[in-house]
Order: sequence, then C-alpha cells, then structure tokens
Amino acid sequence: MSQSDNSSSPGIRIAGVSKVYSGTSRPAVDDVSLDIADGEFITLLGPSGSGKTTMLSMLAGFVSVSGGKIEIDGRDVSRQKPHKRNLGVVFQQYALFPHMTVTKNIAFPLQQRRMSKAQIAAKVGEALKLVHLEEYADRLPSQLSGGQQQRVALARAVVYHPRALLMDEPLGALDRKLRDELQREIARMHRELGMTFIFVTHDQHEALTLSDRIAVFNEGRVEQVGTPSELYERPETLFVAQFLGESTCFRGTVDVSAGVLRCGGFTPRAPRLDARLDGSDGVAVIRPERLELHTDAAAVPAGHNQVRGTVTEIVYVGNHHQVGLRFPDGTSGSAMRLAGRSLPAVPGEEVTVSWDPEHQSIVADPADEPTSGRAAEPLGAPAGT
Amino acid sequence: MSESALKPGVRAGRDGGLGWGLKIVVGLIGLLLIAPTAVVIPMSFSSGTTFQFPPEGWSLRWYESFFTSERWMRSLLTSVQIGLLVAVTATVLGVAVAFGLNRAGFRGRGAIRSLMLAPLIVPSIVVAVAIYGVFLKWQLNGTALGYVVAHTVMALPFVVTVMSTSLAGYDRTLDTAAATLGATAWTTFFRITVPLVAPGVLSGFVFAFVMSLDEVVIALFLQTPDIQTLPVQMYNSITLEIDPTIAAASSLMVVATSIVLLMPQFVRRKRSTS
Repeated sequence: MSQSDNSSSPGIRIAGVSKVYSGTSRPAVDDVSLDIADGEFITLLGPSGSGKTTMLSMLAGFVSVSGGKIEIDGRDVSRQKPHKRNLGVVFQQYALFPHMTVTKNIAFPLQQRRMSKAQIAAKVGEALKLVHLEEYADRLPSQLSGGQQQRVALARAVVYHPRALLMDEPLGALDRKLRDELQREIARMHRELGMTFIFVTHDQHEALTLSDRIAVFNEGRVEQVGTPSELYERPETLFVAQFLGESTCFRGTVDVSAGVLRCGGFTPRAPRLDARLDGSDGVAVIRPERLELHTDAAAVPAGHNQVRGTVTEIVYVGNHHQVGLRFPDGTSGSAMRLAGRSLPAVPGEEVTVSWDPEHQSIVADPADEPTSGRAAEPLGAPAGT
Repeated sequence: MSESALKPGVRAGRDGGLGWGLKIVVGLIGLLLIAPTAVVIPMSFSSGTTFQFPPEGWSLRWYESFFTSERWMRSLLTSVQIGLLVAVTATVLGVAVAFGLNRAGFRGRGAIRSLMLAPLIVPSIVVAVAIYGVFLKWQLNGTALGYVVAHTVMALPFVVTVMSTSLAGYDRTLDTAAATLGATAWTTFFRITVPLVAPGVLSGFVFAFVMSLDEVVIALFLQTPDIQTLPVQMYNSITLEIDPTIAAASSLMVVATSIVLLMPQFVRRKRSTS
C-alpha cells in the first residue's frame, strides 16, 4: 500500500487561513500558514481553545474558511465539500456506525467510490490485517473495546487511500496503557502507508514521540513549527517553552552588545542573541536536565552561567529526582538528577546552580505571564515563606 | 454476599434490591393497574348472560357473538382503518416536526415544542367540543377524514416526544464521519440516519395507532350511525343493552394493544442480540 499518484506535488498548503465564528470577535484561527510535505507526520499541538481542532475542521471541510486558502497539491479546496476532499478523518469518539459490523464500516467508503464487491472484499481484508482485527470482522462496534473501535476507525479512514489522514485527539478517550499501544500502532501505520498524517492533540508526549514536525498553537496562532527536538531545545517563545516540558525561566533585560541578560542580581551570558530583542524584556529558559547543582562554587565548569539557589524540595520520581529550587530574585525552578547519582543538598540548603549557555534559550517576555515556569510552579514554595 | 460481610453495619437485605415496604407499595399499585383487566378477561369467558364475577360457568359464546355481529365487526374494522391512517399521518408529520426541532436553529423552538404537547394537557372533552364545533362547519363530522384529522392532532405529541428522544441520542458526528468517507447528504441520511432512528419511528407509529384505537371522547362527538369506532360501539352497547360481548371486545382490545406496544421492544432486543 503506497501513496504514489502525486509524489512530485507540494503536498498540503495552508496559506494565511483565519476563522472567525459568527457571533464572536476574536478569531478562533488567526492567519495561520503551514506547509505540510507529502508523507509527513505533523502534529497540531496546543491547549484546548487554541484553534488546533478548528484548523483541522477547516482542512476536512466541516468548517468554512473565513480568510486565506487551503491547497492540496496546488488545488484550492477551501470551498470544497468534505465528501469531495478525499481525506481520511479519525474522531476522538470513534464515530463508527453502530448498526454496521466492522466489515461494513470499513466497506462504507469503498461503496461510496462504487468499487466492485470483489475489490471491496480484498481491500477490507487488507485494512483489517493492517490493524490486526481480522477475527473481529463480523462484530458490531458495541462488542469491541475502545482501543479496538479506534483501530476500526483508523482502518476505515485509510482503506480508500485518502490524500491524508486527519486525526482529532484520537487517543483522548482511551486509558493510559491502550493509548501507548495505539500510539505505536499509529507510528507503524505511518511508516507502512507513507501517507501524510495530520494529528491534533493537547498531549505534549504524544506530539514529541509521534511527529516529524509539530506546530504549536496558542490563541489561534502558530507559535512555532519545528521538529520535536527543535521545539524542546530551542523554543522561540515562552509559551512553547512552557507548554512543552518543564523549564526554569529567569526574567531580565536583553543587552545584545554585552551578550547578556540583565536579571536582578546576576547576568547570565547569552550567545547568539536576537538583535531585535535588544533593550526589551527577555526570559532565559533552561530545561531541568541542563541545570547542574554544586555544593562547591569552584566546581562550576568554565564558561557556565551560575547563580546561587535554595533547594526547596526533592521529589523522587523513580528514574530521577526532581529538585525544586528558589533563586534570590524570586524565580522558582526545577532541576533533574538521575537516580543513582548522589544528591548535593537537602531541602533548605543553598547550592550553586550552573548551566552551559548553549543550552539556554532567550525568548521575548510577554508582560502578563506569571513569573515562573508553568511546570515548575507546584514545586515552588508559596510566596513569603 | 462477601460485600455485606465486609460492611457489618449494612443490613444484608439492603443491597439485594427493594426493601419489603417498597415492594408492597409497588405490588399494590401494580394490582390496581391490572385489576380491571383481571376482572374483564375472566368475565368475557362467562357462560351467563349477565356480567358475573367470578363467572359461574365458562364458554366462548361472547367471542362468538362478537365475531358474528356485523355491528361489532364493522366498528372493529373502522377502528383499525382509522388507526392505521392516523399512525401513518401522525408519524410522517411528527418525525418531520422532531427533525425540525432537533436540527434547525430558529427562534421560538421551545414555544413550538410546548405547543406540540398541548393536546396532552388540555382536557380531551374540551378538545372534543372544539373539534366538534369546527367540524360541523367544515362538514367533517362522521367522515373518516374527520376522525383521522382529529386523532392525528391527538397522536402528534406522542410521536414528537418519542422521536425527539430518539434524535437527541443520535450522534451527529456520524454524519460528519460519513461525509469524510465520501457519502453525500442523501446517502448519509438513508444509510446512517434512517436505520438508527427507525426504532423511534416504529415506537411513534405504534403509539399513534394505539392512541387512536383507544380514543373515545372525540370519537363519541364525531360518530354517526354509519361510522363508529370500536370504543364508541362499546360505549353505546353498554348504555343500550347489557351484554357480556363488551367484555370479549375489551379483552381482545387489551391483548391487541399489549402486543402492539410490546412489539418495538422485541424488535430492539432481537437487533441487539443478533
């Protein structure tokens, strides 16, 4: 099963697309542009209400486009009805036809394409094999588990070789174990089919493990598009830094000529600063696994940024310890210490915290954000204690 | 068992179901509801010529009298014909109304929904007098059309209610899914929507039929010697002559309506197990 009819095509192109629902003033999707390559696994990631599902609905044609256009292989499909777009869609609640058996559900799109009975039987068999549900062919959806139902939905959505497979939080209704299992299935299907997958989720782990690229949505806009490691290691906005993974965030003023961020009390070096940020408020973002803790300030490696901090809390998480920190300027943060390594301090003690400036990102500071990292918040001691 | 052993404070009988006090009340209410039927059915098999309970002897003579009487048979036929016509028209209209209320977003939907239930709330004698007055002017009294129109109005609330419940449970994502799979709106409607709401349509049809079969107040006003429904014939027979044929007629009606009302449930059960 390979997708071959249009391999030289530019894929799916979202060009300046907006959506304003009637009766609302704030756009649900605001001037989003995104090029999706043929065969790519792209994830639209964001919190609820960020516009990712609306974007997917516009791609599928359930929701009309208010501005901009959507092109598939160079053809504008913005005004096309859903049943003409030849896309596969998988819904969070499976949306299997309850009165049809598994076989009939999967055969449905093929019947719409007026295929012969023999062709349908062959393709349904192939699809059932793809999702390992051959023995369940004659069951009704109500006789299957949630995970099995979602597999049927996947089979039904790819059996007619659509141009792309769109998935709206497909694992959202499943419990943890099934979710992991189906995640691997989806990754395998993507490898085997070579089809373009467009995946919507609010779960950062799903996004990081499955995707070739991730587009992070916030308030209707795309904050950043990149590979999982680009987004995690080099977040371009504070939102991306905080939505994907944990981080310690120092706030200050950017000084491009000196190559530093001027925080209250200390000035971490910051290489490769964006000149446009000069003189404005900036945030230094460092991931927990990049923070090193030292009892002796002399042990700090050369070239590292360093600051004194107080250990507020140590949480054992199995394979690592999470170390809560509080800095003199009021910033709270967290560091990670792999299990097996000795802990440098107990809560209440001061340590020297250091990190390689190469591993920090400096992003613009949107004024109204809280002062500490989202994920770090629960670790920080309440103000005033 | 093991559960009550774990919770010594809870009396064993509690989690078994209803307490015995509640059981008695439920039993009494059930008895009250069944009592008339329980009297009528044995009476219909009586061999006496007057109403006797319990009957002194047994016979099928009143059933014979029922099935051989031209008057009874004609009113039975009338009732069934009107009932079927009412069921068809009320189902078509009621299903359309329910779809409209469920799917179209317009102002005053709540008002229309309440208005649809009016025939259930207004005392039927009031409705009957009003219909009688209007039908006199329109010359619909004593016509089959008159019965069908009047009974359709009375049956609509049942159909709309049953259908609305059925549509409320219908997941519109299925329509969306069908569209992405390449189905047109027509195909989606006939292959997905219709099969899934069919039990609701069937229930509505049955309710409408039984409602018409049962209705006596309006039918009394609309009757002429030429056209009388079974309930009217029963009423007339009891005022004019005392004859246990009516017990036979009643028993048949009870059995027939019970079968008709239970039908949708059997259909549903069969579907879910197959």
